[in-house]
Amino acid sequence: MSNSEARRFSPSEIELDRRAFRLARKRKSTLVAFLSTIAFALIAWVSLVNTPGWPRVQQSFFDVDTAVAALPAVLEGLALNLRVLLYSAIGVLVVGLSLALLRTLRSPVFTPIRLLVKGYVDLFRGLPLIIVLYLVGFGIPGLRLEFLGRIPVEVLGTVALTLTYSAYVAEVFRAGIEAVHPSQRLAARSLGLSYSQTMRLVVLPQAFRKVAPPLMNDFVSLQKDVGLISVLGAVDAVRGAQIEVAQFANFTPYVVAGLLFVLLAIPTVRAADYITNRLAKREQAGGVL
Amino acid sequence: MSKLINPAELGPMILNVKGVRKSFEDKEVLKGIDIEVYRGQIVALIGSSGSGKSTLLRSVNLLEEISDGQILLNDVDISDPRIDQDEIRRQIGLVFQAYNLFAHLSILENITLALRHVQGLTKDEAKTRALSLLERIGLADKANEYPDKLSGGQQQRTAIMRAVALNPTLLLLDEVTSALDPELVSEVLELIRDLKASGTSILMATHELSFARDVADWVVFLDGGVIIEEGPAKEFFSNPQKPRTIEFLQRLRRRAGEQ
Repeated sequence: MSNSEARRFSPSEIELDRRAFRLARKRKSTLVAFLSTIAFALIAWVSLVNTPGWPRVQQSFFDVDTAVAALPAVLEGLALNLRVLLYSAIGVLVVGLSLALLRTLRSPVFTPIRLLVKGYVDLFRGLPLIIVLYLVGFGIPGLRLEFLGRIPVEVLGTVALTLTYSAYVAEVFRAGIEAVHPSQRLAARSLGLSYSQTMRLVVLPQAFRKVAPPLMNDFVSLQKDVGLISVLGAVDAVRGAQIEVAQFANFTPYVVAGLLFVLLAIPTVRAADYITNRLAKREQAGGVL
Repeated sequence: MSKLINPAELGPMILNVKGVRKSFEDKEVLKGIDIEVYRGQIVALIGSSGSGKSTLLRSVNLLEEISDGQILLNDVDISDPRIDQDEIRRQIGLVFQAYNLFAHLSILENITLALRHVQGLTKDEAKTRALSLLERIGLADKANEYPDKLSGGQQQRTAIMRAVALNPTLLLLDEVTSALDPELVSEVLELIRDLKASGTSILMATHELSFARDVADWVVFLDGGVIIEEGPAKEFFSNPQKPRTIEFLQRLRRRAGEQ
C-alpha cells in the first residue's frame, strides 16, 4: 500500500464509535468540572456573605470608591517595585550562578572559597529577609561612607534582596549542575574540552533546563518580596497603599496593592507552568499515562 | 492464522490484532496490522528500527491509543475505551529494552511491588513468591541488591520475572536483548525458552534471528508499518518469498557474521 493511499483511509465503524464515545466522555467531564466549580464558588460566596461581620468588612476592605481613589498612588509605587524587581532579578542570577560555580570547583586550592560560599549560603538562607533588609538598609548608611554619597533606600533594598535570594538560587543552580549525569562530563572531557568549556557548553545548558521550574518559582517569590522594601521607607506600592489607608481610614488600598501583586505574578506563574510542561513532554516522549 | 498450521493443533486464541492502524499526527506508523497469538505460542516480530514493532507492542499494552482496527485479548475488545485499562494491563506483561527496573527498590522489592499493591498479596506471601522466582533465575542470593549492582543480563532477567510474577495472560517483550553485551544475551534467551516451556504466551520484537528460528512458532516481518511476510518460523527463515524479506535477512546475517 502506498503512503498516500494509507493517509486517505477512512476510519472503520468501530473506530468512529470509539471516537464518538471518547468525545462524549470528554464533554461529560467538562460539564461536570463546570458545574462543580459553579457549585463550589456559590457555596463559598454564600458562606462569606452570611458571616455576622461581613457588612463591616466589605465596607473597610472592599470599598470601590476608596479603591479608585487609591489606585494612582499604588500604581506609582508599583513602578518602583518593578524597577527593584528587575535589578534584583539580574543581580540574583549573576551572583547565584557565580556562587554555584564556585562551589563546584574541585581543586583543593579552592577549599577556602568553597567554605566561604557554603558559609554565605547557610547564613543567608537562615536569616529572615526582613532582618537582612534592616541590617543593610540601616547598617550600610550607618557606616558613613562619604564617597558613596547618600544611597537611595531602593538601592539598599535591592542589595538586601539580592543577598538573600542569591543564596537560594545558588543552591538551585548547584542542584541542577549536579543533576547532569557524570557521563556528560566524561564525554565532553574526552573530546578535549577544558573544565570551563565543559561547564559552559555541556553542563550548564542542561542544568538550566532542569532548574527552570524551581527558578521560576523563586522569581515569583521575589516578585512579591520586593514589597518588603517598604519597611526601609521606600514609597513603593505597599507604602503607597499604607499612606492612602491612613488618609481614608479604610483598608481597601492594601487589597488594591495585593491584587496588583497577584496580577503581576500570574503571567510568571503561567510561564513557569508552560516551561515545566514543555520540559516534561520533551523528557518522556509519547505515552498516554 | 494460516493454512500452513493445522488449526486443530492450536490452543485458544489469546491475542487477535485486527487491522490496527496508528498515526502520530500525520505520520502513519502502523498501516493495518493483523496478528494472532495462540496460547503457549511465541510470535516473533522482526524488522528494522522504525518498522512499527515497538508501537505495535505499546498499542497492545494500551500505552498508545490506536487510530483504527481492534485488539482482542481472549475475545474481549481491549481497544474499546469503555473498558478498564488498568485491569487489562494487569493481564499483559511488558518488558522493555532498557529493563526499566525501579532504581530505588531492591531486586526483591521490584518483584514484590505489584504483587503487593496490585494483586493484594501480604508482604510475606509476596516475598515467598518473589524469592521462588528469583531462585528460578539463580538470583536468590542477590535479592537485596539494588539494580545498579547487577549486570545487564541479570537486570533484564529480573525485569522479565517482575512481569511474569503477575501470571500475565500474554507477555510482550520489546527487544529485550538489544541493550545487552553479546555474552549476556544467551542467559536472557534461555529464560524466554524456559517460559515458553512452562506455557507462557509471548509476542516479542527481536533482532535475534537464530533464536526466533529455534523458539518462535510464527514469525512476522514488518516494514514501514505493514506486514511484508509471515509464516511458521522454520519455513520463514529457510524459504523467504518476498525480495524485501530476503534483503532484510541477508543484511542482518551479514552483520551477525561480522561480529
